[in-house]
Amino acid sequence: MKATHALPLARSAQRKTSAGDAAAMRWFIFLGRHRETTLVAVLLALIVATSLASPHFLNIQNARDVLLNVAIIAMLTAGMTVVMLMRHIDLSISSTVGLTAYSIGALFVAHPQMPIAVAVLAGVAMGAVAGSINGALVTFGRVPSLVATLSTLYIFRGIDYAWVHGGQINATSLPAAFQMIASGSVLGVPYLVVLALVVLAVTGYYLKHFRGGREFYAIGSNPEAANLAGIQVDRRVFKGFVISGALAGLAGVLWLARFGTVDASTAKGIELQVVAAAVVGSVAITGGIGNVWGATLGALLLGVINLSLVVLKVSPFWQLAIQGALIVLAIATDTLLARAIARWTMKKRDHGDD
Amino acid sequence: MSPSPLNLAPGTTPRLELRNARKNFGAVRALENGTLTLWPGEVHALLGENGAGKSTLVKILAGVHQPDGGELRVDGQPRQFARPSDAIDAGIAVIYQEPTLFPELSIAENIYMGRQPLDRFGRIRAETMQHAVQEMLASLGVNLQATQSVRGLSIADQQVVEIAKALSLNANVLIMDEPTAALSRPEVERLFAIAERLRAANVAILFITHRLEEVFRLAQRITIMRDGAAVHFAETHEMTHDSIVSRMVGRDLASYYPKAEVEPGEIALAVRRLTRRGVFKDISFTVRRGEIVALAGLVGAGRSEVARAIFGVDPVDSGDVQIKGKSLLLGDPAAAVRAGLALVPEDRRQQGLALDMSIAHNAALTVLKRLVHWGLISNQSERNLAQDWGRKLKLKAHSMDVPASTLSGGNQQKVVLGKWLATHPDVLIIDEPTRGIDVGAKAEVYQTLTELVKNGMAVLMISSELPEVLGMADRILVMNEGRLTADIPRAQADEARIMAAALGQSDPHSRSAA
Repeated sequence: MKATHALPLARSAQRKTSAGDAAAMRWFIFLGRHRETTLVAVLLALIVATSLASPHFLNIQNARDVLLNVAIIAMLTAGMTVVMLMRHIDLSISSTVGLTAYSIGALFVAHPQMPIAVAVLAGVAMGAVAGSINGALVTFGRVPSLVATLSTLYIFRGIDYAWVHGGQINATSLPAAFQMIASGSVLGVPYLVVLALVVLAVTGYYLKHFRGGREFYAIGSNPEAANLAGIQVDRRVFKGFVISGALAGLAGVLWLARFGTVDASTAKGIELQVVAAAVVGSVAITGGIGNVWGATLGALLLGVINLSLVVLKVSPFWQLAIQGALIVLAIATDTLLARAIARWTMKKRDHGDD
Repeated sequence: MSPSPLNLAPGTTPRLELRNARKNFGAVRALENGTLTLWPGEVHALLGENGAGKSTLVKILAGVHQPDGGELRVDGQPRQFARPSDAIDAGIAVIYQEPTLFPELSIAENIYMGRQPLDRFGRIRAETMQHAVQEMLASLGVNLQATQSVRGLSIADQQVVEIAKALSLNANVLIMDEPTAALSRPEVERLFAIAERLRAANVAILFITHRLEEVFRLAQRITIMRDGAAVHFAETHEMTHDSIVSRMVGRDLASYYPKAEVEPGEIALAVRRLTRRGVFKDISFTVRRGEIVALAGLVGAGRSEVARAIFGVDPVDSGDVQIKGKSLLLGDPAAAVRAGLALVPEDRRQQGLALDMSIAHNAALTVLKRLVHWGLISNQSERNLAQDWGRKLKLKAHSMDVPASTLSGGNQQKVVLGKWLATHPDVLIIDEPTRGIDVGAKAEVYQTLTELVKNGMAVLMISSELPEVLGMADRILVMNEGRLTADIPRAQADEARIMAAALGQSDPHSRSAA
């Protein structure tokens, strides 16, 4: 009776794409699979162009500054990547960084002999606690992460203000050994950068090669299917926020080591820089797509753009607008590319070309 | 209770036994008496209207819902599933109506998510996984790559991925919830072949479908559900098409196609030489008041496109449309609505409803202007309007304020229908009026259409279901590859003639299209 469904209509003759077309498409596919390649290319182009335009751009001091700044942002971006993969967001990280930086500073003031490892671990633990508050709100409280972490952004910062009361920690109160994290280096690379690279590599490796890591992707890709596949979604989401918080805590300790001086408004506003870096690094705000390598390149690209604008003496009034425009450009390119690939795969399926 | 199973050694325990399972969602009783026995090596059909509790029962077996009462046994042992992974561990695999996959991830990852093979450091053995999946895909006879991402796969291929997932679980119970709904015939055949192979390997298969001919082909035994309870259990050979349907609906189906003789009135819709290059050409026909004209043909023949062009959603290259003798400005849906035209689209979830909005808001969308008082829309008048149509169309809903997404397919269709009837159209174009809705709701939709033409409406019904076309239409237009190939009056219509015209064979008896 249902014979009407039986015969697919073969109205159009099979159409072959031309060889040139196919070659172009292979490029598209390659870029789609390795979106990081485009980022590297843009980064190199930017460096070459800026150094041609200004002789003051390429030097050791600039490279060191960029690396130190980007290292902290990149670590936060790795945490944000974990959260964004699950189709969530964590806006509270800047407050966590600020609060941990001040707390660890205060600890050093009270116990100048505290070992550095203890300071680092305490910072990570504080961040993890902050992250678990976010995680609990999102999983048990069923508060959308945007709202939950926006609230904790204000709450953590508010606690910071109430406690600090306009005071600040100065570099002179910190042990010299602690400050060596940022100022000391091995083979010219600051310890802080080495530490960040290790953290990034571990996070990236975990996301790619471990079950728990893949579950972040699954949850963001299709939460319902993740549940049906037997993944304990709430538990995993909670862990994701703890990871993001712990990385923010670590970043807070490093921030203290790098700048020495912290007060209640330390790191204010960097959460949006971090989201921007992740998005530029092809981490999809809709979840399920992205990796730490891309996110790190995103952070690096934004850092270099920042420095370029300064070196090229672009009016500071324009710098923000230009950064914003570049972010839009990056995302639009990405979206258009993804669509072109989707269209092509559809066409390939419909016409059976290969 | 259950009759002796087919060809089973004495002492065989059922693979799965569910007894008196109950499940409430708040005040709603979704399942009152879920009872089902599955034996190894059988295909068991679970039948019932939408809303009869089949999905709830399946979700209990899948560990998604936890029953409020009742007993579950797997291989004779009492079990309780707290979460989906418990059901997976018990060897139960479920293939849902809509594939539940991760579009961004590879086929291999989709299949092994949550239980990837690991090396001694806890790392995923990606190559082992891909290799296993590639072999599985090959054994299923499909040309897919384990490493390709699921995004862009056809529904049929996605279902193959789901089946591969079930196979990789070594499941001994496979539950398929309307797996054939979106498949073409060869794809259905491929699925059946796989199901038959699994059955032969002693897997117990639970099969949910609305297509009864599939039940007679595949299933040994049948459980029928109605209003949240299992009401009938039988071997397939004891049942007939009609006895199944009447058990599902709980009443006799004498008036399934309540076709009334209506004297056709004046011409309400006249379409002349309507052409859209590459899509359809020279389409001419008329529909009179009091007439139901069916537009039949194969999927892809251009029927929906003609409807969309008449309504002004799609552009046309030439031709014209008249409503009640007046030319219609083409390409402007608002003008079409003003002229007295209504279009109930094929895909109600995508085109017919704002799923997250309430029933009342949905029903009022087409007539908001009429409901405005002092520049504001009155919620009460929206609700009244929805209630009014709800009553006429026998809409089953708790309140007019619940989101449309919570309704069953049949009730959603009624909301879309009510929304358009609220505009008091003279001409109703309805595209696949009963797709994906259950038998009872179908009968109600047919009843509504009959009432409408009695009151002088002209109806153009696009349908791929031949029984429906033959049962309801006064006249049958058939399209093939964008052209009208036949115009058959009710008295002369039969399946063979419609199919011949749909396949593009010339029809010597047909009047040349107007």
